[in-house]
Amino acid sequence: MPRISTLSARQSGEGVIEFRHVSKVYEGGDVGLDDASFQIVRGDFVFLVGSTGSGKSTLMKLLIKEIDPTSGAVVVAGKDLAAMDRKRVPLYRRNIGVVFQDFKLLPNRTVYDNVAYALQVTGGSRREIREKVPDVLRLTGLATKLHNYPDQLSGGEQQRVSVARAFVNHPPLLLADEPTGNLDPETSIGIMQLLHRINKAGTTVVVATHDSHMVDRMQRRVLELQGGRLIRDEVSGSYRQVDQNTAEFEALLRSDDGMPIPRRAPTQRSEQELFDDAFRDDDG
Amino acid sequence: MHIGFFLREALRSMRRNPIPSFAAMASVLVTVLVLGVFIPVVQATTGAANDVRGRVLVDVFMKNDATAADNARVKNLLENDTAHVKRVEFVSKAKAYEQERKRNPEAYSLLGSNPLPDTYRITPDDAANAGKLRDALAPKTATGGRTVIDPAIDEVKNQKNETTKIVTATRVIKLTMALLALLLILASILLISNTIRLSMFSRRREVEVMKLVGATDWFIRWPFMIEGVFLGALGGVVAIALLAIGKLVFVDPLSRDFALISAPETMSFAPLVVLLLAASVAVSAAGSGLSLRRFLRV
Repeated sequence: MPRISTLSARQSGEGVIEFRHVSKVYEGGDVGLDDASFQIVRGDFVFLVGSTGSGKSTLMKLLIKEIDPTSGAVVVAGKDLAAMDRKRVPLYRRNIGVVFQDFKLLPNRTVYDNVAYALQVTGGSRREIREKVPDVLRLTGLATKLHNYPDQLSGGEQQRVSVARAFVNHPPLLLADEPTGNLDPETSIGIMQLLHRINKAGTTVVVATHDSHMVDRMQRRVLELQGGRLIRDEVSGSYRQVDQNTAEFEALLRSDDGMPIPRRAPTQRSEQELFDDAFRDDDG
Repeated sequence: MHIGFFLREALRSMRRNPIPSFAAMASVLVTVLVLGVFIPVVQATTGAANDVRGRVLVDVFMKNDATAADNARVKNLLENDTAHVKRVEFVSKAKAYEQERKRNPEAYSLLGSNPLPDTYRITPDDAANAGKLRDALAPKTATGGRTVIDPAIDEVKNQKNETTKIVTATRVIKLTMALLALLLILASILLISNTIRLSMFSRRREVEVMKLVGATDWFIRWPFMIEGVFLGALGGVVAIALLAIGKLVFVDPLSRDFALISAPETMSFAPLVVLLLAASVAVSAAGSGLSLRRFLRV
C-alpha cells in the first residue's frame, strides 16, 4: 500500500501545517485523534476524508486552536500552537479563513454587512472595508447580491458569502469543513471551483468532505482518517483506496448513484476489516 | 473609532430584549432610590445620636435649703477634687425656673412658686464616663440606694438611659438599612447579569462569528459591558431625578421646620448624586462582568 510513503517526499518541503504525533482524547474517553502525523506545505490543496466521527472536525478544531491536543504538537507556520498565549489566539485566527457546512451567516445582516462584519470586529477601518468587501464579493460572484439578506439567497450563494467572509482578509490558510455538505452536486462544483481559485492565488486550502465525486475528480492530495487514525496520505488520491476490502467494494457496487456511502464506525467493523487493520503496518 | 460599533451593538441588544432590560433598569432604579433616601437618613440619625452623646450631662441638684457657702463648697469640690470633670456650670434656682418656664409656660404659671433647686451641670470629659462620675459623687450603698459625698447635695442624676436607647436605635436603623441595601444591590447585580446573559444568548451567532474571524476577547465583551452599564446608569439617573424632585417638593420645605433633616452632618446633594451614580455604574458593571465571566468563554 502506498499510504504513508508520500510523506517522506514531502518532509523536506516547508510545512505551513505540521502535526507531530497528535492525539486528542476528549473528556469521557472519546478519541478524537490518535497519533496523527503529517505535513501540509504552503499552497497545498488537501482533502480530508473519513466517516463521521473519524476525527476530521477534531483536526479542524485543533488547527483554529479551539481545543488543544492531549499529546503531540500542532505546528502552524513554525509555531507550536500549544505554546501560544491565549491572548494571541484571536490574532492567530485572523490568518485562517473558516467555512462551515451550515454557513454561519448572520441572518439580520445583508450580504455586504456579513462580509464587512469580519473586518469590523477585527478592527478594520471604514476605508479598508469599502475597498476589500466589494473586491471579495466580485471574486465570489456575489456582486449583484450585496443588499440581499441570507434568507433571500440559495444555499450555494450563502456558502459563497461564507467563503467571501473567510477570504476577505486574504488569509494564508483556508479551512472548509464540509463546505458542500448542504448543497446539490451542481452548486458544489461552483463552490469547489471557488476554493480552487483561492488556492491558485496562493492560499493553502484544507477541505474536509464526504463528497467522493469531487475528491475523485479533482485528484488532489487526500488524507484519510479512520477512528482518529490517519490511515492514508496520497498526493493525488481519490475518495476511496484503490484496493478496497470486500465489504467496501460491495457497498460501492450497491450504491447505484455513486453518492458517498455511509461508512461504518470502527466499532461496527467486521472481523475481516479488523484483521486487515491489524496487519496493515506489515504489508506496506 | 470602535465606540460607534460597540454602542450600535449594545442598542441593538436592548431593542431585542426590552423586558429584561427594563427589569434590570428598574431594579437598579429602586436600589439607588433606597440608597438615596437612606444614606441621608442614617447620616442624620447618626448625627443626632452623636449630638446626644456629646450632650450627656451629670446634674448635681442641691438641697432646697442649701446656702451660698454650701454652694461654694460643692463647686470647689466638683472643680478640683473630682475626676472626669470637663466643665462645671452653675444653674441657679432662678435661672432654671426661667429656662423651664420658657419651655413649658402653662405648667409653670400654675405652679406659682419655684420648685427647682440650684444645680451644678457637669460635662464629663467623655460621655462614657458619666456613670463613673455619678458613682464618685453619689456612691452606692450596701442596701442599693445612694448616698451623697456632701450633705448639701440632694441628688445626682445623668441621662445615661436615654443615651443608650438612642444609640441602640440608630444602630438598629443602620444595620437594617445596610442589610436592605445589600439585598437590593445583590438583586440588581443578578438582574443585570441575567439580562446580559439573555443578550449573549440572542447574540450567540454574532459571538461565534466574531470568535471565528479573530475578534479579540474585549472586542467581543465591550458591547455587553456597555449594555449593562448603560442600563444601570439609566436606572441611576432616573432614580436621582426622582430623588431631586422629592427633595425639592417635600424635604426642602420641611427642613425649615425640622432640625434633623437639615442636620449639618448630612451629605449635601451634589456629592450624594455622584456617589449614587457611581454606585449604579459599579453595580451594573459587576452584573455584566459576572455574566461575561460565566457564560462568555472566549
